[in-house]
Amino acid sequence: MKFDQWNNFKCGEWQEEINVRDFIQHNYTPYTGDDSFLVGATARTQELWNEVLDLYKKERENGGVLDADTKTPSAVNAYDAGYIKKELEQIVGLQTDAPLKRAIMPAGGIRIVEKSAESYGFKVDEETQYIYHNLRKTHNDGVFQVYTPDIRAARSSHLITGLPDGYGRGRIIGDYRRVALYGVDALIEEKKLELEVLDVDEFTADVIREREEISDQIKALNDLKGMAAKYGFDISVPAANAKEAIQWLYFGYLGAVKDQNGAAMSIGRTSTFIDIYIERDLANGTLTEEQAQELMDHFVMKLRLVRFLRAPEYNELFSGDPVWVTESIGGMGVDGRTLVTKNSFRVLHTLTTLGPAPEPNLTVLWSNNLPEGFKRYATKMSIQTSSIQYENDDLMRPMLGDDYGIACCVSAMRIGKQMQFFGARANLAKALLYAINGGRDENSGKQITTRFEPITSEYLDYDEVMAKYDVMMDYVAKIYIKALNAIHYMHDKYSYEALEMALHDKDILRTMACGIAGLSVVADSLSAIKYAKVKVIRDETGLAVDYQVEGDFPKYGNDDDRVDSIAVDIVKKFLRKLKKHQTYRGSKHTLSILTITSNVVYGKNTGNTPDGRKAGAPFGPGANPLHGRDTNGSLAVLNTIAKLPYDYSEDGISYTFAITPKALGKDESDRVTNLVNMLDGYFGKTGHHINVNVFDRALLEDAMEHPEKYPQLTIRVSGYAVNFIKLTREQQLDVINRTIQDRI
Amino acid sequence: MENFDKENYGRIHSIESFGTVDGPGIRYVIFMQGCALRCKYCHNRDTWDINAGELRSVDELVNRIESYKAYILPSNGGVTVTGGEPLLQVKFLINFFKKLKEQDIHTAIDTSGMVEITDDIKELLKYTDLVLLDIKHINDEKCKELVGHSNKKELEFAKYLSDNNIPMWIRQVLVPGITDNTQDLIDLRMFIKSLKTVQKVEILPYHDLGKHKWIELGYKYELNGIRPANADDVKRAKELLGL
Repeated sequence: MKFDQWNNFKCGEWQEEINVRDFIQHNYTPYTGDDSFLVGATARTQELWNEVLDLYKKERENGGVLDADTKTPSAVNAYDAGYIKKELEQIVGLQTDAPLKRAIMPAGGIRIVEKSAESYGFKVDEETQYIYHNLRKTHNDGVFQVYTPDIRAARSSHLITGLPDGYGRGRIIGDYRRVALYGVDALIEEKKLELEVLDVDEFTADVIREREEISDQIKALNDLKGMAAKYGFDISVPAANAKEAIQWLYFGYLGAVKDQNGAAMSIGRTSTFIDIYIERDLANGTLTEEQAQELMDHFVMKLRLVRFLRAPEYNELFSGDPVWVTESIGGMGVDGRTLVTKNSFRVLHTLTTLGPAPEPNLTVLWSNNLPEGFKRYATKMSIQTSSIQYENDDLMRPMLGDDYGIACCVSAMRIGKQMQFFGARANLAKALLYAINGGRDENSGKQITTRFEPITSEYLDYDEVMAKYDVMMDYVAKIYIKALNAIHYMHDKYSYEALEMALHDKDILRTMACGIAGLSVVADSLSAIKYAKVKVIRDETGLAVDYQVEGDFPKYGNDDDRVDSIAVDIVKKFLRKLKKHQTYRGSKHTLSILTITSNVVYGKNTGNTPDGRKAGAPFGPGANPLHGRDTNGSLAVLNTIAKLPYDYSEDGISYTFAITPKALGKDESDRVTNLVNMLDGYFGKTGHHINVNVFDRALLEDAMEHPEKYPQLTIRVSGYAVNFIKLTREQQLDVINRTIQDRI
Repeated sequence: MENFDKENYGRIHSIESFGTVDGPGIRYVIFMQGCALRCKYCHNRDTWDINAGELRSVDELVNRIESYKAYILPSNGGVTVTGGEPLLQVKFLINFFKKLKEQDIHTAIDTSGMVEITDDIKELLKYTDLVLLDIKHINDEKCKELVGHSNKKELEFAKYLSDNNIPMWIRQVLVPGITDNTQDLIDLRMFIKSLKTVQKVEILPYHDLGKHKWIELGYKYELNGIRPANADDVKRAKELLGL
């Protein structure tokens, strides 16, 4: 391949084949300085951002959804061009023909679309309804046709929850950089070659499926060109400068969010890639630092406008309207050079130029070898905005190389070479109660699983509980994989992510991303049974409904091996059990310890537990201890979390940390230093992920009472950031009540 | 009164693994149980009782601290004992600090200094890198009223640190109407000036966040009606202290 747009780039393999990493490695400029080069927002940016703020306000006043097109099923090229204020916009493109106007994506399921629309006062067009009820089968229809009674029972009793059987699975990252670097025509040519490879003698079901998928991918790429053309751009060829590179890349992403309402629509690892174009323009005098920041600001503004129409149940699980436009920033290269560039700073600087926001989900890939200037800048922005999460590059790089990105919250995948089948999570705390009750639900009394022998003794015996729990986890693992196989088979069939997958290689690694909820409750419960005495309280039908803990016991979150080792053991055990079952498309079993905000809902649906947690009380989010159980300060918690084995939980281990400014240090410089040292220490101990929140409790309490004063108040919850004022009241209280580390 | 090995066991109130305000760097902070003073502004009222707390051994604590070195060492932090009054358990601290120094961990004591300078205290100070000396009140009469003891011992303690080349940070809790008198602060400044090893002077603005502990324990909070110190109070005090 040869293009004029590539002038002044260093040659490499990337010119012979699709290989963005190779392009980056040959052309990027590591930056080891500090933030002093950054500049403020331009007048144009400020004016445009004020327009957006105004739209936000209208959206809020309208009950959360500004407008929706309830007739046109969304697709890559379904809408006319739309603008916020055309003459100001340096980067263009909206999901529909107007800002914050939501689209419907009924291929996932028509009922959920109808429900979502209705809950915001809209009604789906009758013809569209007719088509999707009568003519076009959906993902949701397919899944429920094949679900077995045991899956249905586990699902409705909340043993397995949050499954993407009624919403888009997401967590697939298209390599949107390919659009900018190669232009769409080159990508289509590549896909045509892939089709040729699949012109084989043994025309099996697998080959036929793949040929169909690649044909869909080619169609999606053609649609993408058509969509860009409506905005007046020809993206069939590579981008010629920084502005085009961002625009092309964004069009790629925009196509994806027009095509799919995925649970997480992450953007990948783009800022250092973009930096190469910015550096070239700066060097040839066609761009200034002000203009470079302006382009990034306008790009980020567009990412902040992405919206999906979702049902209230969805918001209960993942509230605050998250999209997880996760952008992975920084990290180190396998050759030892840092992947931090000036543009790594610029993208974080949008938290200043535009103010804090939950999206894009800014994720710093932390290495102890990151340049000091970047470490200090990122942590400074964390302290100011609570809008950044950190993940351990030193832990992931050996497994994934240096061109991976985070999907959603903590799911690492090699960009364009790997995707996952998102699997939500199994409620292992409930599973423990089922082990005690022989598979009867502690709330309803119904027999949910096959009937097992319940425990009948007055006091729980550790060995007996563990033996029964082991059998119950076997059962859960089996049902769980059955459900996920059904879901992903149908998702591929009825709601295939053609555009996102068009921006992947032909042969990719697929993971079956399972998850655990309630880990700390399980660990504490087993610890109580082992180290204290737990008396069972049963109702007249013999159902264990409550527990009395006599004596003290080691609690998860205090760096106490006696209980932490139980948590480690459960993680390992559960993954091994999952691995016993065959997965759809031979995907690799992985596990996450991540609940997002659903820890509240899982807790609500789980009865009293043997650790003394009361029925309905929220779980700790992700791998967090139950709130109030950690009594030895933050580092003790970090040490506990860092013990959880990433090898057994490759889909991520999430920890949400909150501290008051005063507890972090005496002045800003001390706080930055302490946070840097804290992160170095935690990641040095192989911790995987941390959300960092720095704020006073009083601030949140005030925001609860006076939301209008805090339109941009952002906090990090398990794996993502939210506008605090968009959380439900229950979730707000959970956030406030959770240990905000404040020692006086 | 108590029957345990006081050289190897200490009464511990609680642990804060991420201490950032009691000495330099990131610090593992141990709140020792027991205090003879009766400071009216005490925010750890629950640490007074010398018979409460949990017995922990030197070895156990040293082992625990091992897993915090990854945070402590790169940050030039260390271990701080506070309380309560840590010097009440001097024999325990001697052994504890000795072991920490074997591992090159920075040691600090947060104390009122209101103790006899015994041979044990002298021994302990050999293994102490920093003393956070909380001057209760520079005016002896007011000191007696505020904490129930004369300030003589603590001023002597400060002098001993100075004479023996032991670094200290002077701390003054700033309580409006009680410790913020102009003349007192000038006197404090003069006293500090007479010491050779003061590395830092810290004003700790009084707050009433510890009030609930008094009430939970069934005591009357004696500073009711005294307002917390604000930024202006601190600024004024700093000026008077020449900071």
